Amino acid sequence: MDHILGYRRPNGTFGVRNHIAVIPSVFCANHTAKMVASQVQGAIAFPHPDGCGQHGKDLQQTINTLAGIGRNPNFGAVLVVGLGCERIHADSLAALIAESGKPVQYLNIQEMGGTLKAIEAGVKIVRDFAFQLSQQQRELFPVSELILGLKCGGTDATSGIAANPALGLAVDKIVAQGGTAFLSELAELLGTEHIMERRSETPEVYQRIKQELSHCEDVLERMTKDYVRTSEQAALVTPGNFEGGVSSVSEKALGGIHKSGSSKFVGVLDYAEQPAKKGLFLMAAAGGDSDIATSLVAGGAQIIAFTTGRGTPTGFPGVPVLKITGNSNTYHNMEDDLDFNAGQVIDGTLTLEQAGEGIYQEILAIGSGKPTKAEVTGHDELFAIGRYECY
Amino acid sequence: MSEKRMLILASGDNVGVLLEDAQQGDVAVSGDVRVPCLEDIKFCHKIALDDLPKHTYFIKYGEIIGYALRDIKRGEWVHTHNLDDVRGREGML
Repeated sequence: MDHILGYRRPNGTFGVRNHIAVIPSVFCANHTAKMVASQVQGAIAFPHPDGCGQHGKDLQQTINTLAGIGRNPNFGAVLVVGLGCERIHADSLAALIAESGKPVQYLNIQEMGGTLKAIEAGVKIVRDFAFQLSQQQRELFPVSELILGLKCGGTDATSGIAANPALGLAVDKIVAQGGTAFLSELAELLGTEHIMERRSETPEVYQRIKQELSHCEDVLERMTKDYVRTSEQAALVTPGNFEGGVSSVSEKALGGIHKSGSSKFVGVLDYAEQPAKKGLFLMAAAGGDSDIATSLVAGGAQIIAFTTGRGTPTGFPGVPVLKITGNSNTYHNMEDDLDFNAGQVIDGTLTLEQAGEGIYQEILAIGSGKPTKAEVTGHDELFAIGRYECY
Repeated sequence: MSEKRMLILASGDNVGVLLEDAQQGDVAVSGDVRVPCLEDIKFCHKIALDDLPKHTYFIKYGEIIGYALRDIKRGEWVHTHNLDDVRGREGML
């Protein structure tokens, strides 16, 4: 069993980073949360446009997401900042996060007597958290405690023939040791139902996968039925994908599914849901890169492995996003943003197995503290709470 | 005319993937398979390995990725101008 040097959390899992999350329960508290986080090293604010004016399943998804971000083990302590009259109360959000056992506090701007007093009180709380967390040393944790989120963006045809198959080998190695991985991006799995059926651990898992994909296709149909069809035939394939040689959503899907390796899917998770067991899961999240990355992190992923053929620089606040390209030209063009060049498989300088092992070792190193390129350059644009109806 | 490296992802595939930019007249090569390029085909784009009548499914990874909108000649570039998807199409599901 391989190990990662991480920070112990009270619920037995580990963080690969040791940040403090400052989470507004509502957009009205965004500025205060940002001001608080800006005053303490290691603190990260999570401003968002939600928390009020939402209803039912949409509201619940926002609550689940914010609670999941707070529970993510990369954050050693959490401050929730509320306004006081919003739908998502700061105290109840803090209570959900505190179920993870980590230190959590909350404050409301209206109760504090305005922005300046709230900032002052918040900075004191977060500063004390920072002193507490600074006493922690990294310890060895087995790979079985790792949750790896899988994502791709800026796909070209090299993603499907080099980057995704190589990442799949690394995922197989993590899952074989009892670790966990989340595949997602529902819309990009349209056309792979027969493969998902072979790879579902039980018929029930496949039924749920089929349901999720069919729901996704229904939403897509509703959203686009009165929309004039353009020459670019599929809604789900971007101009960059086409330019890179991907011709259809089925082709994109077949290339994309490789990044989950060859293990069986043991279950399906809702958007932002944390798994009750270990293994490979399909997470029912749809939307853009940020909606999906946010669901992966809220589900508990300590690291995201992100394949990109065209090259994308994005990162997630407090969670390393490992960028893997299957395109050597892209790697050399954007080396400042990309961590691993699986394009060497196409060039003939690495075998697929060597590339898979290289990615796996990079995951262990990044988990143990090596920063990703996106962390070094300060990228943090991937946090965005997905809407309930999405494709 | 020169030889260009090509990848065939699964046996039974009827399209290959160019691993370098090819020009009309080049030959795409993958092991024993040699296909003349009837037009310029860019890196990572697909080439038809056989003559394929209209409505034939294109197979890559051993799986269907779309169907032919018209008759396709061996060595033709295969992309959105002559391939249509069977899934995820705007308003035409």
